[in-house]
Amino acid sequence: MSTETPLIGDFRAAPAANPLGGARIGVVTFPGTLDDRDAARAVRLGGGTAVPLWHADESLQNVDAIVLPGGFSYGDYLRAGAIARFAPMMNKIIDAATASSGTRLPVLGICNGFQMLTESHLLPGSMVKNDHLKFLCRDQVLRVENTSTAWTSQFTADELIAVPLKNQDGQYLADPATLEALEAEGRVVFRYVGENPNGSRNGIAGVTNETGNVVGLMPHPEHAVEAGYGPDDATGMRSGTDGLTIFTSVIASLAGGAQ
Amino acid sequence: MSEPTVTDKEFNIDTVEHASTTPDTDLPWAALGLKSDEYDRIVTILGRRPTAAELAMYSVMWSEHCSYKSSKVHLRQFGEKVTEEMKKDLMVGIGENAGVTNLGDGWAVTFKIESHNHPSFVEPYQGAATGVGGIVRDIISMGARPVAVMDPLRFGDIDHPDTLRVLPGVVSGIGGYGNSLGLPNIGGEVVFDSVYQDNPLVNALAVGVMRHEDIRLANASGVGNKVVLFGARTGGDGIGGASVLASESFDDSKPSKRPAVQVGDPFAEKVLIECCLELFHAELVEGIQDLGAAGISCATSELASNGEGGMHVELTNVLLRDPSLTPGEILMSESQERMMAVVTPANAAEFERVMAKWEVEYSWLGEVTDTGRLIIEWDGETIVDVDPRTVAHDGPVYERPYHRPSWQDSLQADTFRSSSAGQDLPQTAQELGGAVVDLMTSPNMADVSWITDQFDRFVGGNTALSQPDDAGVIRVDEETGLGVALSTDANARYAYLDPYTGAQLALAESYRNVATSGAIPMAVSDCLNFGSPEDPEVMWQFAEAVRGLADGCQELGVPVTGGNVSLYNQTAGRAIHPTPVVGVLGKFDDVGRRTPSGFERWADGQAIYLLGTTADELDGSEFARGRDHLGGLPPKVDLQAEKMLGEILINASRDGMIDAAHDLSEGGLAAGLAEMGLRFGVGARVAVDGICERDGVDPFTALFSESQARALVALPRSEELRFTDMTSARGFAALRIGVVDASSGDLEVAGPYEGGSFTLGLDELREAWSAVIPSRFGTLGEATEAVRQEK
Repeated sequence: MSTETPLIGDFRAAPAANPLGGARIGVVTFPGTLDDRDAARAVRLGGGTAVPLWHADESLQNVDAIVLPGGFSYGDYLRAGAIARFAPMMNKIIDAATASSGTRLPVLGICNGFQMLTESHLLPGSMVKNDHLKFLCRDQVLRVENTSTAWTSQFTADELIAVPLKNQDGQYLADPATLEALEAEGRVVFRYVGENPNGSRNGIAGVTNETGNVVGLMPHPEHAVEAGYGPDDATGMRSGTDGLTIFTSVIASLAGGAQ
Repeated sequence: MSEPTVTDKEFNIDTVEHASTTPDTDLPWAALGLKSDEYDRIVTILGRRPTAAELAMYSVMWSEHCSYKSSKVHLRQFGEKVTEEMKKDLMVGIGENAGVTNLGDGWAVTFKIESHNHPSFVEPYQGAATGVGGIVRDIISMGARPVAVMDPLRFGDIDHPDTLRVLPGVVSGIGGYGNSLGLPNIGGEVVFDSVYQDNPLVNALAVGVMRHEDIRLANASGVGNKVVLFGARTGGDGIGGASVLASESFDDSKPSKRPAVQVGDPFAEKVLIECCLELFHAELVEGIQDLGAAGISCATSELASNGEGGMHVELTNVLLRDPSLTPGEILMSESQERMMAVVTPANAAEFERVMAKWEVEYSWLGEVTDTGRLIIEWDGETIVDVDPRTVAHDGPVYERPYHRPSWQDSLQADTFRSSSAGQDLPQTAQELGGAVVDLMTSPNMADVSWITDQFDRFVGGNTALSQPDDAGVIRVDEETGLGVALSTDANARYAYLDPYTGAQLALAESYRNVATSGAIPMAVSDCLNFGSPEDPEVMWQFAEAVRGLADGCQELGVPVTGGNVSLYNQTAGRAIHPTPVVGVLGKFDDVGRRTPSGFERWADGQAIYLLGTTADELDGSEFARGRDHLGGLPPKVDLQAEKMLGEILINASRDGMIDAAHDLSEGGLAAGLAEMGLRFGVGARVAVDGICERDGVDPFTALFSESQARALVALPRSEELRFTDMTSARGFAALRIGVVDASSGDLEVAGPYEGGSFTLGLDELREAWSAVIPSRFGTLGEATEAVRQEK
């Protein structure tokens, strides 16, 4: 019963120390966050220590990186991510991710976390309802187009990965100039392969900021970290663990700088 | 003065004292769904006329939905037909919010199915959404963390205009609510049949897990302890939902029932889940009850009568969304996302701290007493003074008359083989192949991923199996892999032909599905959907189904731990087919050994075995449905055979002998083979000659009969001897019928028929199979290029 993220009880209770995991990665919980346990598990399986952070607190607890997990923070009321963006913890994260001196904090926003990152202008563009207007959950193939970010350094260029997609408001929009800049600067990190699942412009599934420390991704790598519970892949049912590389990438970059 | 109604402001001051001095006041008991003898009984219990508020409480608590007054005398069998052996893992039985079963290692599991049929017809999105919300709160109130949901759904004919109205709303509602709670949706059913036109069945199952020490019960114990209401505010939605909506048939002549449907807020519920779990973890509540049907009336009367027997409540303390609500409306409101708890005075401050952290509103309503009375005050005046037991437990009990329908004999005599539908059956390879395609592209056998892809099956990271596999499987303990499997099943066509057998067939299929996944079946929850109990023929169907289910559970050794009865499922005098939905829960020591339901690519060349024997059983089958025939007798039930088949499938999983397994049910062997191939797009080469020879059936029967206690398995050749040793030691029929063929992507079926064999390309079959539902309801996730370019 010593799992770091107990199914029962307070997920925010102090995590057990992970003697091998030097990297401390904060996982922020907002009211309505759903995938915080999954994100913490992914960090643990990637070799790091997950540090639960509460939206209303103001201390980053000296974490080395941040994951903003998926869910429906504040019920997606007003707009997905629009209310969470004003949480005290978000202000600390914005400051740390854009620090003018020292290392900029690596931040990964998944799904609702990506929406928070666009709402807080750490990433360009925004997310609207899927073009077919429905929630869609399926195994999704992505192409990794930028392997120089803190979160993608262990992928090979143009590697195809399978991770679950599940969202209602996943259609990525940006004005033409922004899209052009993103493409020109290689800041499209992940792109949908095959049928576009939600009408995202240029098939964009994930982008990064100019300095490569902040990445937003609509599908869910934290659901593809453990054989038996992930997407189907060539080796068998629910065997896909491609998402784990995102977490091992950031942990490796924290340990020894980006590779 | 005009005839009073419960919403008249006049009744704000209808105090107990006032009621005692005005015995002749006419009260709107009939409009609230009470019968005249029931009203007289209330007057006798109280020794005076009820106040408006008391009338409101009795009317909802004595409704069919809350009191089970028509079904109680039959449901007793679930308690009576239970052996000590069946009870050994049962920690909490029927009667609480949900039953609790021991999983071992200090873990317990609780699960339950409920119906939200009528609200989902009136307002599909909110009806279905609040159905999920209600069952999840039942699970929380046992002290458990909800971990998954499932949805058995039944709609009218797929091409009926009302199905087009109801289905998309129901699916969006389930997704909109369940997805926002972070609960994976791991399965369920989708059935289309014109009997559900204007009366869809929207059932919802939730399962939760807890440590043994965390089990909570709904009772108000400890005199002087405080009673608190927390969560969402109380509004005017869902007033009389249990009495006037769930407990009556639909009839065009009555006014719209829309105001009786509740409106859900999944965000409030998600916060409530986390907040309650923190309360449990810190041991801050003595008793807890969710507010569902009958709202505060139910919570106060049940908590009080299950505890010290008394409670004092100041109703004016209830936080309202609409300040114009009368006391009667406040007592009856079914506003969602509310809980009531009993807290010691010493824990009150800590309780308030947890509420503040989760930003949940709460109000202290009163305290537990030992007076044996539930006293409710409004502005200092007593408006309710009752013995809570008379409200919660002493409702009327009816021995409704029932008799076998006059048409049952002629229905059973009209067998498929003797009917015109049973002539000119497919015989040649070409005809049989065409019939398999027709079967798989019929609405009830078609791919349902258009529906299930709107539900999150990944959240939580513990889903080991989900739709389209036979059972949903959830890991409970990440260290050991301990987990549960769940399936829900019902075949209402079988139950219509013979309700006793039909209920057992539903149980058998659900049991078989759980065992096929590799889990050991442990417990049952049921949702019994029937027509009006006031119709003696419907009542007979109900009585027979309950008797069948109780007998079946006893024979299989799995207890019913809870469930729900939904009556009055009829519109304009036409009842639905009896639909006893049976959920079976099974246990895995390690969910890592769950058996997939299809052939995987790496399993090329594995042997395919058919377990069980095939008889000429086509009455009520999917093939007969395709020819618009329903008559005769359903397939025979053999629960001893089901038990043995279950043992074989579980042992084969535990010993790692098999790599795929799929139960045979609707559509028989033809559907089983097609589904195993479609699961991962991996084909097979099989022959039915051996089945025809051994069982003395023709190839058509071998392919389409729905004989029970059968399953298909795939296993490596190195395991064949060990496997057949196991089946022959048990004397259970096992026949090698073919091999997995990963190279061709085809399903090839040979047999003693003209043409020798037919071949179905799985890609082609998939295209047709997966187009059936989208062709009616629109595509999901497909780029609409024209629209995009316009933007």
